[in-house]
Amino acid sequence: MKIETLKAINNARHAGRAIVRATDLATGEDVLIEPGADASPLGEAAAGAARADTSGPAAIEGRSWFLSVFNPPLELVIVGAVHIAQPLVRMAQEAGYAVRIVDPRTAFATAARFPGTDISHDYPDEALAKQPLGKRSAIVFLSHDPKIDDPGLVAALKSDCFYIGTLGSKKTQAARQARMKQEGFGEDVLARMHGPAGLDIGARSPAEIAVSILAEMTLVLRGAKVKA
Amino acid sequence: MSGETDVLDTASQWLGDGRKVALGTVIKTWGSAPRQAGSQIAVRDDGAFVGSVSGGCIEGAVIEEAIAAMADGKVRTLEFGVSDETAWSVGLACGGRVEIFVEPVH
Repeated sequence: MKIETLKAINNARHAGRAIVRATDLATGEDVLIEPGADASPLGEAAAGAARADTSGPAAIEGRSWFLSVFNPPLELVIVGAVHIAQPLVRMAQEAGYAVRIVDPRTAFATAARFPGTDISHDYPDEALAKQPLGKRSAIVFLSHDPKIDDPGLVAALKSDCFYIGTLGSKKTQAARQARMKQEGFGEDVLARMHGPAGLDIGARSPAEIAVSILAEMTLVLRGAKVKA
Repeated sequence: MSGETDVLDTASQWLGDGRKVALGTVIKTWGSAPRQAGSQIAVRDDGAFVGSVSGGCIEGAVIEEAIAAMADGKVRTLEFGVSDETAWSVGLACGGRVEIFVEPVH
């Protein structure tokens, strides 16, 4: 690999742009491909690999290529800068997520409680209008306060984010479902809410609950091979 | 980048420091391999490395080949598995097989 190629890949990654490197395994010769911008057979294969978020081999026109996919990082939006959010930020970052906290309560969402984390004091609907959720986004609602959670939940349900988690008891969940139904969402959309958020692993402490939430996000993202 | 130590950022930093660097990439797996295709390791000329291409079973051999690639400037494809003749020294305990592409960065 040429140093310039390494730099170009890193620049794309830092700018949040998807890029695919196709390497000829016989010679080491390579091409950088922006998914969707190249209609050649190799370009199409690269775009497909990026969509599937899967690096792998491709035999095209008699040449044996390897397609390395560099997609933008996954994103986690945490609504509610509560205690559970603190270990969840660290664990999600470790798992490769870019994390941002949204909480209009300035006493909760402080740099002292969340060092080095992107914090917004907007209400979630405003924060999500400024920086919308995408297919590689997950969002969890931890505030316990419908005034804060609900506007964000409406925005999340309208987005194509891959995971929506909502904290709270079964009773809280039922009330939340009813409120979202009143907002006009159908059953199929409401079913996208994972509540109570997290896999049932008997979690008690904030850190254990963060593990269960991150585990459920992973399960939804990577596909359920195990039956819960 | 957030999260685990970033392989390609570290490679770039090492090159900036004037060091030699080679990359190893998992290009093919059979059976139960611990790291999926696309997983990478960056190796510095003194043997320091970041990232992984297995659960730690074959990194030693990959680092040796990476240092050889820095010296001769050539790419190579390595195959590891239980059926490999080197299985006793650097085989995969999981019973899987992997192919690793090693290339110098220059």
